[in-house]
Amino acid sequence: MSPRPSLPVVQDPPVDLAPDRREEGVDPERRAFMRTAAAGAALASLAGCGGLSMEEFFRKHFKELSPEQLKRTLARVEASNKERFGRATTVTAEGPMEGVEFGYGLDLSRCIGCRRCVYACVKENNQSRQHPQIQWIRVLQMDKDRGVDLTHAEHYYDPATVPQEGKFYFPVQCQQCRNPPCVKACPTQATWKEKDGIVVIDYDWCIGCRCCMSACPYGARHFNLADPTLPAAELNPNQHFLGNRPRPKGVVEKCTFCIQRSRNGRYTACVEACPVGARKFGNLLDPESEIRRVMETKRVFIFKEELATHPQFYYFYAT
Amino acid sequence: MRPTWSHRIPSRSALAPLLALGLLVVGPAGASDPKPAAAPDARAAKKAEHPAKEVQAMSPPFSEGIYPCSGCHDGKEKVNTARRELGFHDEQTSIFAHDAEHRWCLDCHDAQKRDELHLTNGDLVPFTESYRLCGQCHGDKLRDWRAGIHGKRIGSWNGTKTYFLCVNCHNPHAPLFKGEKETVVDGRTVVMPTLEKIKPEPRPRRPEEMRP
Repeated sequence: MSPRPSLPVVQDPPVDLAPDRREEGVDPERRAFMRTAAAGAALASLAGCGGLSMEEFFRKHFKELSPEQLKRTLARVEASNKERFGRATTVTAEGPMEGVEFGYGLDLSRCIGCRRCVYACVKENNQSRQHPQIQWIRVLQMDKDRGVDLTHAEHYYDPATVPQEGKFYFPVQCQQCRNPPCVKACPTQATWKEKDGIVVIDYDWCIGCRCCMSACPYGARHFNLADPTLPAAELNPNQHFLGNRPRPKGVVEKCTFCIQRSRNGRYTACVEACPVGARKFGNLLDPESEIRRVMETKRVFIFKEELATHPQFYYFYAT
Repeated sequence: MRPTWSHRIPSRSALAPLLALGLLVVGPAGASDPKPAAAPDARAAKKAEHPAKEVQAMSPPFSEGIYPCSGCHDGKEKVNTARRELGFHDEQTSIFAHDAEHRWCLDCHDAQKRDELHLTNGDLVPFTESYRLCGQCHGDKLRDWRAGIHGKRIGSWNGTKTYFLCVNCHNPHAPLFKGEKETVVDGRTVVMPTLEKIKPEPRPRRPEEMRP
């Protein structure tokens, strides 16, 4: 095997710059002036950035915020909520609990495809209602004869009653992968995986390039193509900075296991909405939890296992 | 059955005073605080320190105008316990689909004490604990239900949770799940089974329908 050619930048001899372009050729005072001028130009352009404050524009990455900065950031979100919806909201940034790794189980032998989870999620997580309509859960209707077969799945099914004869239902939402392709695809590190397994998005850092959407094999990420439509009366005031706070136009959003609920010990909205109890949620590290019992005693499978995304979302058959 | 179960779901004797007080409702108001049993290991000890409370949901209302059964069946006359076609209770017999070929009323309802049910061994069971009766045949479901796999729980994944009973989703006379609905009894929301299937929520919009 021939040795791989090394990158030219490593081995090439330094290019002899024209004397006036050499580092030492530039007057240090002039360089300082240029830097200041560039910063000034950047500040001037801020005026055209949708009314962002300086602090907002130069905000550090979420993980690097000091407690004081985080507090100010949350207060800013609350203020902008007040301005946008005329309602008081509580925005927190509750961190992951120690010794908790969330797991989700969905019992395919029980789901009847009623879509109550979809609308409970929309309501809880302040998703855009119409134009654009955003729903984090998508329920697929599949033929029992074919099994899990995406080429014959239908998610616009609309019969008078469910379940339909010969069909089964397969809800899909963010699988909270341990090896998340979306996180790798993000050019700005606006999305990352938290310690408890939730893949979150910082909507302030999202530039709307949608690389994560094309990377996600589950279609779990959704884009605000237009200004989200959310009636003030339907706003959920209990919000998490990385979860259900109202999103602006041009950012990507997704299921966060109801981060504002689950990190406070509550079941997610979809779990509580499911009329058949097909949805199970708990701590994978707690041997007594419901989800662990599912993993240990039921037939569990992973959606698109061959892609090695290692989800924290499992499908199972309890019968 | 798990050894810890006995102190996670209140036993019948623990339930009796609560029943008398009518405290078994959806929500933490009905939380019973069962005594933790002797802990066999460190994990159980930790559990006993912070017991995850489990609260029983309120069972659905009885059929209107029928309960209490003792209003008619006072237990004084001699009861014909032979399995037969009944001329009365049409509202139940018409929907009866619970192994109808082999079973009938007095397999579960007690012939003497009509306001209670009975197990196959003759032990009486109040209506609020009917899961013990169901579990005689559906042992696998009872086991899963106790572990939280079968059936629904709401509340807190690491704290107090409310568990729904068999009869919140399954009509005991026609137990195949069709649908469920919420109803209000004494100002409290109760989940009860229906005999009709559920109408699904609206389908999502197609992309072409989303253009303003």
